[in-house]
Amino acid sequence: MRTARQRVVRRELLTGLVRKDLKVKYQGSVLGFTWSLANPLLTLAVYSFVFGLVLKAGIPDFGFYLMCGLLLWNAFSTAVGSATASVVANAGLVKKVPFPLGVLPLSSVAFAIVHYLLQLLVLIVVMVAFKQWHHWDAGMVLLPGALLVVLVFTIAISYLVAALNVRYRDTQHIVDVVLLAGMWLNPIVYSATQLKTRLEKHHLWNVYFLNPMADVVVAAQRALYGTGRTYQASTGRDPVLPDQGLMFYVIRLGVGLVVSAVVLVLTYRLYHRMSSDFAEEL
Amino acid sequence: MSRPAPTSPDEFAISARNVVKTFRAHGQPTSLKERLLRRGRPARPPFRALDDVSLEIQAGHTVGLIGHNGSGKSTLLKVLSGIIRPSSGEVVVNGRVASLLELGAGFNGELTGRENIYLNASLLGLTHSEIDSMFDSIVGFSELEEFIDDPVKHYSSGMYVRLGFAVAVHVDPDILLVDEVLAVGDEAFQVKCLDKIAEFQEQNRTILVVSHALDLVARICDRAIVLDHGSLVFDGDPEVAADTLRMLLGTTPSDEDEVSIEAPANPVQIISATALDAGTSHEIATAHAGEPLVIRVVVDIEAVAVARCAELTIVLMGVGDLPILVQTYRGRPVGIAGGGRWIVDFRSDELPPLQGAVVVAVQVSDAEGLPVAVFRTKRGFAMVRDTAEPGLAYASYTTEARTEARTEARALVAESRP
Repeated sequence: MRTARQRVVRRELLTGLVRKDLKVKYQGSVLGFTWSLANPLLTLAVYSFVFGLVLKAGIPDFGFYLMCGLLLWNAFSTAVGSATASVVANAGLVKKVPFPLGVLPLSSVAFAIVHYLLQLLVLIVVMVAFKQWHHWDAGMVLLPGALLVVLVFTIAISYLVAALNVRYRDTQHIVDVVLLAGMWLNPIVYSATQLKTRLEKHHLWNVYFLNPMADVVVAAQRALYGTGRTYQASTGRDPVLPDQGLMFYVIRLGVGLVVSAVVLVLTYRLYHRMSSDFAEEL
Repeated sequence: MSRPAPTSPDEFAISARNVVKTFRAHGQPTSLKERLLRRGRPARPPFRALDDVSLEIQAGHTVGLIGHNGSGKSTLLKVLSGIIRPSSGEVVVNGRVASLLELGAGFNGELTGRENIYLNASLLGLTHSEIDSMFDSIVGFSELEEFIDDPVKHYSSGMYVRLGFAVAVHVDPDILLVDEVLAVGDEAFQVKCLDKIAEFQEQNRTILVVSHALDLVARICDRAIVLDHGSLVFDGDPEVAADTLRMLLGTTPSDEDEVSIEAPANPVQIISATALDAGTSHEIATAHAGEPLVIRVVVDIEAVAVARCAELTIVLMGVGDLPILVQTYRGRPVGIAGGGRWIVDFRSDELPPLQGAVVVAVQVSDAEGLPVAVFRTKRGFAMVRDTAEPGLAYASYTTEARTEARTEARALVAESRP
């Protein structure tokens, strides 16, 4: 059993590691943290222009639609990417100091989540500035739920890749590829509605949403992008989002949470078992 | 700050039982590709870094851990501190442990001294409020008041280790595990470190220190443990431990010494001389006073030389080739007229109360007493006894004292003058 004191130490260690990462990342840069916020703003502007005006994706306010999912995906992918290296990069520490090794992937996740929250704040401010609020309704309550699910899922995957990478350095490369392709498994750039008929024909619609990231992305879109906008392509005038109500998204988040929790239990056990050999494998 | 209730002195702080640590041999696959490519190929045998090590350290003792490079000292320290787990065996540690395997491990160059103190202390298991209360003391100990808000990448290596040691000794451990870190810093700082160790000793904390500085170990430790090729070969008086290690190191300039000093063409080859447990016949590294001991000598003899072998003598030699025990078997090898193996066991029913490291010298002589083959073991073993006095031998003794007043003595001297 962990004592209250140990919990305090672990929490402070985690915040200490995140603070170190932040400081090291922005060391010597004049604008520092602002870069992390400017990046999504620039993405928003470019994508709004390219897909809204040049390529005509058919989704109205495409930039905002994209950002709802993309920021979440970026948080996930940054966290998993840096978690993969988290143990290997701290080899000197792991081999010389006995400390709770579980904090290493967690600090990668915490670092990414801190960034995500600030970027989310910027997105909301920009959406307010562009008077997007009339699309917002009670669906906003989905946002905290989505955050919880993405947190659990990200931690789960981070434990897995961090542990595997100690034994097989191939993991780093596999993770890169999977993250690159994995983005397209989620309705970030396209709309889930576009897949609905085809997936339902093969009874895969629910299978598609077994992926917790897909659940989180649609929930965040329902919360921030909102309903009421229709898809403007030649196929018809389907709504952009797959469902107008809330229940659909609540169920998806529930499924996503259960899947994530199960994966977390498995990967945490794996990490814990493998971590006793980290010091000699590094 | 308040210390946890000190553990009672008769309680052990560290206990290791039959600890074995094997490492996979170097060159094991670290990627999937290598793993696939090497399928079916015989794996290299694993390397045994610790071989059945058992020890118990009482709370409040200072124990030195010595051995040549690669003898398993650091591995043992890592196993005891929980960084790596033993392949088999059991480790029990009672109390809060701080392990100083490397000073400043976990320091980040971009962070200031202050930030590193907090991060490092968190790693070592302190809460922020605890660090707050001892922050000034840490900085004071490190003598880095002026530089504490500079990034540590601008520190000299001496400043770096000073800060590392300062944090580590403030962790307030019940048990301190130290790996060769006392050898850093200038002399003034080393004195400070030793003072801190002395302070820990007074506070009845347990210290296990790995060092190559045998004099230092003999000076500060109550007891020392010698490791050799992963085995515990001696556990006891630090002076004897240091001698044991010196003997292990000094008598082994090269591997060739293990074989017979005679040319390899000698038809009489002394293969080995091994100390065995009288009961189990397993090789032992430590022989206890009062207990039986068997020294087994194995000699390979070719047919031409069988007739020449008339007797076999063993000498247990201490530091400086001092002969301690001499035993002779007078007799010829029988039944191997065509050559073969001659095995002679020397059984002592009760070892005298000796202590110290010994090696075994063996000589096969002919009927005139001239040597046919000589041999000397590379690895010795340690003889230990329970009495606390140093010295090679022990005799039970009583003490009796009387005094004579100085004035009387002078008067006596004065009277005797002519």
